Amino acid sequence: MEGPMTSLTLVRRIKARPSIVFDALTMPEGIACWWGPDDGPVLVAETDVRIGGRFRVRFRMLDGIEHESSGEYLEVVRPTRLAMSWRWAGDEAIGESLLEFDLRAIPEGTELRLTHSRLPDEETRQSHQRGWSGSLDKLERYFQARGGGS
Amino acid sequence: MVNHEARLSRTFAALVDPTRRAILARLEREDGTSVSELARPFEIKLPAVMKHLDVLDAAGLITRSKAGRTVTVRLAPRPMRAAMDWLRRYERFWSASLDRLVTYAERKEREARWKGR
Repeated sequence: MEGPMTSLTLVRRIKARPSIVFDALTMPEGIACWWGPDDGPVLVAETDVRIGGRFRVRFRMLDGIEHESSGEYLEVVRPTRLAMSWRWAGDEAIGESLLEFDLRAIPEGTELRLTHSRLPDEETRQSHQRGWSGSLDKLERYFQARGGGS
Repeated sequence: MVNHEARLSRTFAALVDPTRRAILARLEREDGTSVSELARPFEIKLPAVMKHLDVLDAAGLITRSKAGRTVTVRLAPRPMRAAMDWLRRYERFWSASLDRLVTYAERKEREARWKGR
């Protein structure tokens, strides 16, 4: 896992131009082909790709359980940046999280950076980006060594 | 479930501050450190450190115990583990999704080039 421990960052290098990657992220027929943690089907993919527009994606996992996430587009800059709020259906009591995609043209195509952060407010997000000095692995080892419970 | 999520939010809010993360990292090296020892490396006064400890305590990330005039601080691992579980769940979700996104976008790129001939 990369990045500070209050957010998740993943990077992929893709042999496709940024506009194609951006459309794959935003168009329902694209989303239907990749969204979800396993090979279960996407059942609903709706997007209204403009600031203030909403998305909704419902998928079924291979264990048969269906999940739905939705949110609002906060930044839409084709083909370089997409930011949206995120929440799981059925968890309305929980605060939203923030999902960001940054696309950068590289010689072989696109470098895609995904950041999913727990805390949506700006101050918090900036303090995420200042980073954590790299103790996550050590802390993890520490807690593993301690075993369960406590 | 809601309580669990509220606790998780509190954990993340507590972890967002660099001084508090530094305190946790210090405790990770030396669990059971006194408050005055903990305050020493920071360029802030003891009351400010106490405030950070209050936040960490409220988030359940540490416990404090008093013996005489010394207050000893210990890590409490459970909330941290919940926070890490949250990150891991999303890591699984997005890793698998992005792998398929790569395959899809690269296929679209090949199709676009074929059409462009």
